[in-house]
Amino acid sequence: MDLLAFGNTGWGDELFFATLMTIAVSITAMIIGFCFALIFTPLKLSKNKLLNFIGNSYTTIIRGVPELLVIYLLFFGGSGAVMYVASIFGYNKYIEINAFITGSFAIGIISGAYSTEVFRGAIQSIDKGQFEASKVLGLKKPVHFFKVIMPQMLRLAVPNLSNVWQITLKDTSLISVTGLVEIMRQSYIAAGSTRDPLFFYSFAAVLYLLLTFLSMKLINKLEIKYRRGY
Amino acid sequence: MDLELMASSFPKLLNATLVTLKLLSLSLIFGLIFGLFFAILRLNKNIFLNRFSYFYSYIFRGTPLLVQIFIIYFGLGQIEFLRSSFLWIILKEPYWCAIIAFSLNTGAYTSEILRSAFETINKGFIEAGDSLGISKKIIFYKIQIPIAIRQSLPAYGNEIILMLKGTSLASTVTLMDLTGVAKYIISTTFKPIEVFIVAGGIYLFMTFIIHNFIRYLEKKYSY
Repeated sequence: MDLLAFGNTGWGDELFFATLMTIAVSITAMIIGFCFALIFTPLKLSKNKLLNFIGNSYTTIIRGVPELLVIYLLFFGGSGAVMYVASIFGYNKYIEINAFITGSFAIGIISGAYSTEVFRGAIQSIDKGQFEASKVLGLKKPVHFFKVIMPQMLRLAVPNLSNVWQITLKDTSLISVTGLVEIMRQSYIAAGSTRDPLFFYSFAAVLYLLLTFLSMKLINKLEIKYRRGY
Repeated sequence: MDLELMASSFPKLLNATLVTLKLLSLSLIFGLIFGLFFAILRLNKNIFLNRFSYFYSYIFRGTPLLVQIFIIYFGLGQIEFLRSSFLWIILKEPYWCAIIAFSLNTGAYTSEILRSAFETINKGFIEAGDSLGISKKIIFYKIQIPIAIRQSLPAYGNEIILMLKGTSLASTVTLMDLTGVAKYIISTTFKPIEVFIVAGGIYLFMTFIIHNFIRYLEKKYSY
């Protein structure tokens, strides 16, 4: 237990902050994923063939390629891409992107593909009559979406989004390869300097279990809220 | 776009694909055995066996695969008892450590898939077997298992694809699988996009084949 002491003698505080980092990355990635889903869900549902193709390629490619490969692409190619865009605007200095931003962006792209599928499925399983009814009533598009479709969609989407959250949370362990100090990276450092990998990796597993367990409890409460009235 | 690099890295990556496929097939075979074993335990009425199987799948599904590989590869070597036993021959090889981790991981997911398949079998089938006087054993092998396999095909297909992506983690324990070689080429040439397109293309091709194969099986065994 000495190994987990807080302060300079143990790894307790380091692991605590690493856990906070994991949570921060997961939440950021989830939000970035929602933004991607917001763009790509309409594309996937669109009747235009080209838009449809773009939407489908995104989800197919991201869900068919290993997460690690996507992370390497962004880690090695991210700052190059940003520098290229910056050079168009006449900025030619070296830009280094923070590991947190690269990491949450990479996980966000992956989580976005899963969220897109969830939202698409939820919207498609809403009764057609609901769309027709709001057309007949002459509701404006935003009112139709926010007051009619959204509440029904969320009820169907929340249980599946909790799966996406679990996947995202576990995927954040992969960005330890880029050097961002989250649970996995911190355990790696601690295991290396104390030569006690069994203890630290098992402790990391316990931390992840705790995170998934607690978030499940929270999400169950949300589910009850959105099931209201059914 | 560096087409020359893409062409020259393609054979190297294709070679590494063999490692990925070997890892995938071995883990799936062992995983299926684990999965079936734990699914049967899970359906057992004995509360101890039941709980044991539940915790197994809870732990392996609740933690990242990366942690599991690291515990097995870096962690188990620390135990004196294991190092002196014959198991060390297996556990000192990153290749077998990766396979053990993958099999246990996919076994946990497979056991959940099979359990839900067994639970959703129409009771009428079993009762029909009973009333025809067929023994419990034959009902299990000839009625329950074939129906459960058919029921679990779509979910198992997804699991195979997830496992294909999971094998990429073998590169973190020094194995040169498709992702490992891709990373090596990226870090020596600094051309991530070209390598990503080739390696990603190979992965997508495999996903495509698996997806269609499962679809074919689903059609063949639908009733």
